[in-house]
Amino acid sequence: MRSVEMRNGLLCALPIVCVLVAGFLMPLVVVAGFSIMPQKSFSLWQVPDFSSYWVLLQHGYYKSLLWSLFLALATVVVLFLLCYPLAFAMAKVFKRFTLVITIGVVMSLFVSENIRLFGWSLTLMKGGLFEGYLRAWSGVELDGMLYNVPVIIFGLVYVYVPFMLFPLAQSLSMIPEDVRQAAADLGASNWRILWEIDLPLAAPGIVVGSLLSFVLATGALAESKLLGGQVIIVMADEVETAFTYGQNWPLGSALTVVLVSIIAGMATFGISRIDLDRIIGRRRVV
Amino acid sequence: MRTRLGDAPKSAVVFMSSTILRLVNLAKRFGSFDALSDISLDIVEGEFLTIVGPSGSGKTTLIRLLVGMTEPSKGEIWLRDQRIDPVPANRRPMCMVFQSLALFPHRTVGQNIEFPLKIRGVDADSRRHRAMELMELLHLPSDYYAKGISQCSGGEQQRIALARALAFGPELLFFDEPLSALDYRLRKILEKELKELHSRTGKTFVYITHSLEEAMVMSDRIAIMRAGRIEQVGIAEDIYAHPVSRFVAEFMGEVNLFDIKRTPDGALQTSNLQIIDGFKGDGIIAATPGEHGTLMVRPEFVRFLSGENTEGVDFFVRGVLRDEFALGSRLQYEVEIESGANVTVEKLREDRFNGEMGSSVMLGWNSAHSHFIRED
Repeated sequence: MRSVEMRNGLLCALPIVCVLVAGFLMPLVVVAGFSIMPQKSFSLWQVPDFSSYWVLLQHGYYKSLLWSLFLALATVVVLFLLCYPLAFAMAKVFKRFTLVITIGVVMSLFVSENIRLFGWSLTLMKGGLFEGYLRAWSGVELDGMLYNVPVIIFGLVYVYVPFMLFPLAQSLSMIPEDVRQAAADLGASNWRILWEIDLPLAAPGIVVGSLLSFVLATGALAESKLLGGQVIIVMADEVETAFTYGQNWPLGSALTVVLVSIIAGMATFGISRIDLDRIIGRRRVV
Repeated sequence: MRTRLGDAPKSAVVFMSSTILRLVNLAKRFGSFDALSDISLDIVEGEFLTIVGPSGSGKTTLIRLLVGMTEPSKGEIWLRDQRIDPVPANRRPMCMVFQSLALFPHRTVGQNIEFPLKIRGVDADSRRHRAMELMELLHLPSDYYAKGISQCSGGEQQRIALARALAFGPELLFFDEPLSALDYRLRKILEKELKELHSRTGKTFVYITHSLEEAMVMSDRIAIMRAGRIEQVGIAEDIYAHPVSRFVAEFMGEVNLFDIKRTPDGALQTSNLQIIDGFKGDGIIAATPGEHGTLMVRPEFVRFLSGENTEGVDFFVRGVLRDEFALGSRLQYEVEIESGANVTVEKLREDRFNGEMGSSVMLGWNSAHSHFIRED
């Protein structure tokens, strides 16, 4: 019986395993392989010299890396502060209206990210929707609001709202109302309930939402290009340049390896720190 | 430290004359639905009051109102001489044990018990001391202090919830059917423990249940609720013997009910009962002439009469023995009377009635064991 189940299970898993190996693992191996090849080579069959990593250290690519990490971190913080109240309302306050918000947020995903960012670009640029109307109506002339760091963070926040909002709302909705009421009954103020009950019990959602948006924001490219212009160069931009204009695959690969390692390290750390079942207390003996 | 748990040795004297909580014309509406209407009740300091009623009768709404989780639509709540219905839940000196227990799953047993103390800024040493003391009071081994909630059994979680509720020394404790999810044996044990805890702490306990048995075992007084109203309040035995309505009579256990009426000339009249000539219902039936009502008799007071001998009974009825049920220590008989209705008779096992099924029998009872329920 058991061996039959095992065999069926393996058979069912086979297609996705093939896809993952071919589409996920293989490129990573290839990239890792290229990253140790000599500069500007286009073949994996050469003597590795690790020169890309040396170039990477010498040419100040760390700045781009720091910018990427900083932007991602700022995005996560802003997203959390922005999404938590909304997620709380969706989970605990709104009833039917939650569905409206959910549909609204999901609908925004139907339009491609780049097109939406172009939309913001047209809205915020000098002579764009916002500044243009302001000038026409009041005569006040403003500079465009594009091409600075805050607007990049704004773009990142705007694009990654669903990835923070939904995990948060999901985990908040799983907090039993009784437990919150019991805390109030035992003397806790609303702030105390937030701190002692809501945040710890919503921790899985907070971690998942933060990781998702952090990982996505670190690899984001379009926001800094379309909204930020060339005010800063992010890591993903460097990677793209190395592969295209630079025609230096090993350098691009090395940059990728560094970025992927950092993200993977953080994700693994984050996930290992939360035991979903323990935090939610699902293994309850009755 | 013991003295803090039971401020005064009130265990011997259950009834103190002072009212701790007074509910005045409380009402609660949800939309167009009256969950509670016109609830007035005095809760006596130190008593164990059980509010009992079928599900949907408004018990839970009432208790949530008292602890401050819901606001009343109308009426007042007084804690001694202080009006508390505008006071939020976290500032009322009372505490509730939830049906779900509502323990904090992400905290240890110790942290759960200490929670209300931590909120009040009690230092860690005193908190721990108090938690240990409460765990001992509730028969929880001290090594449970660092255990996770999910590692504890249902009965243990029950005790943890109790300890947590007692921790900050609330004057009143409310219980929302906390035992309903437990199996019979454990429930019996915890019922006893709860009762003992009540007498040891001397606090006022207000308990909600739909189980009459639970109410009878534990409480000093019972309040019976029906459709958002308190139907009757009193000592269990008194309610059992003298219910104010058919609902209460039936709710309190097996009962035989007969329509009864007093004619303008003072004679009693029933459709399906025989009344001994000359019996005017003295003592039990204070109905005014012409008034309709219900005559109630509990099955344990109905006797099988031997032959046609109606000596010593005031009411009698002929019927056919239809069924016998064994209820452990008691036996229950169903007798079909002429109107087609059934009369229930209960006897102790040792007093078994040896009648054949289908045989004619005659039942009778004394007016002292009957009770007259006036129609509303």
